[in-house]
Amino acid sequence: MAHVIVVTSGKGGVGKTTTSAAISTGLALCGFKTVVIDFDVGLRNLDLIMGCERRVVYDFINVINKEATVKQALIKDKRCDQLFILPASQTRDKDALTTEGVKEIIDELKQEFDYIVCDSPAGIEKGAMMAMYFADSAIIVTNPEVSSVRDSDRILGILNSKSHRATLGQDSIKEHLLITRYSEARVKKGEMLSVQDIQDILAIPLLGIIPESQDVLSASNAGVPVTLFDESEAGMAYRRAIAKFIGEDKTPESFLKKQKRGLFKRMFGIGEETAR
Amino acid sequence: MSIFNFLLPKKKSANLAKERLQIIISHERTNNTAPDFLPQLKKELIAVIAKYMPLQEDQINIQMHRQDNHSTIEMNFVVPNADE
Repeated sequence: MAHVIVVTSGKGGVGKTTTSAAISTGLALCGFKTVVIDFDVGLRNLDLIMGCERRVVYDFINVINKEATVKQALIKDKRCDQLFILPASQTRDKDALTTEGVKEIIDELKQEFDYIVCDSPAGIEKGAMMAMYFADSAIIVTNPEVSSVRDSDRILGILNSKSHRATLGQDSIKEHLLITRYSEARVKKGEMLSVQDIQDILAIPLLGIIPESQDVLSASNAGVPVTLFDESEAGMAYRRAIAKFIGEDKTPESFLKKQKRGLFKRMFGIGEETAR
Repeated sequence: MSIFNFLLPKKKSANLAKERLQIIISHERTNNTAPDFLPQLKKELIAVIAKYMPLQEDQINIQMHRQDNHSTIEMNFVVPNADE
């Protein structure tokens, strides 16, 4: 049965798109047929982070408006053959997203995919509501910083009251906390909220901690999901989070091993300055 | 006096952040989780009671409490004696 995951946060700039790209790539690397959908209509960026911006022909809104089929709009990733991207429209606004339209597309994708990852826009407006509405699980991306933690709490409240599962009275959405841009050194100095502090406040299970890393910018510069940076600490942290999400037993053995200089770094010559 | 503040142990900013968050979030949770109809329900309940008893709006206290898997609405007011 297909599983719908929303990557959300409330606050902007905390790493939702980076996380959506990293998680969907990791799921595909583990052998699951995965599609990642950009819900940020009008401000799409997932295509850039995934490195497929020049291959966008049709988008999510074209499919909702029946100007194209789902098959025509899906972009097949060039690195992982199990991974597909459904880009957002750059020209329309978020009102173009309708509950019926989104439901129809998700239902169709469920027939073919194991995982459907929904990359939510920031805020709590239409786009964010639609991204979370049909979710089975939610990954709450939080920075160790007051405004991000507060917004995450607000989003958790909305997930529990306004999602499809909440309105139907079904089992609630499974929540996972992913802390990004974490600096152990600053936490030790008492300058940054610790993992425990954030967990005390949000009270949801921890999926992973992604350290602040230069590789994340290198990855977005190159349009390569950071999961594919074999030697990167951030990439490794994402791989660990993915293994935890799907269960260790379903994770291929090689997935969590630090490998030699990977293909993508050889191609782009990046991610070498990471402190280790 | 503020000029002697340097004598006090310096509070770590992360602790300050946590305390501020705990206060604001507990406040917001109680306000945000109330259903949309609650203000209207309160208003109508008060109107019904006021129809039968000579009570002012501020003499009737209605509060919603949230528990793990259900909520309760508590209404408190003193019933005036008929002969008063």
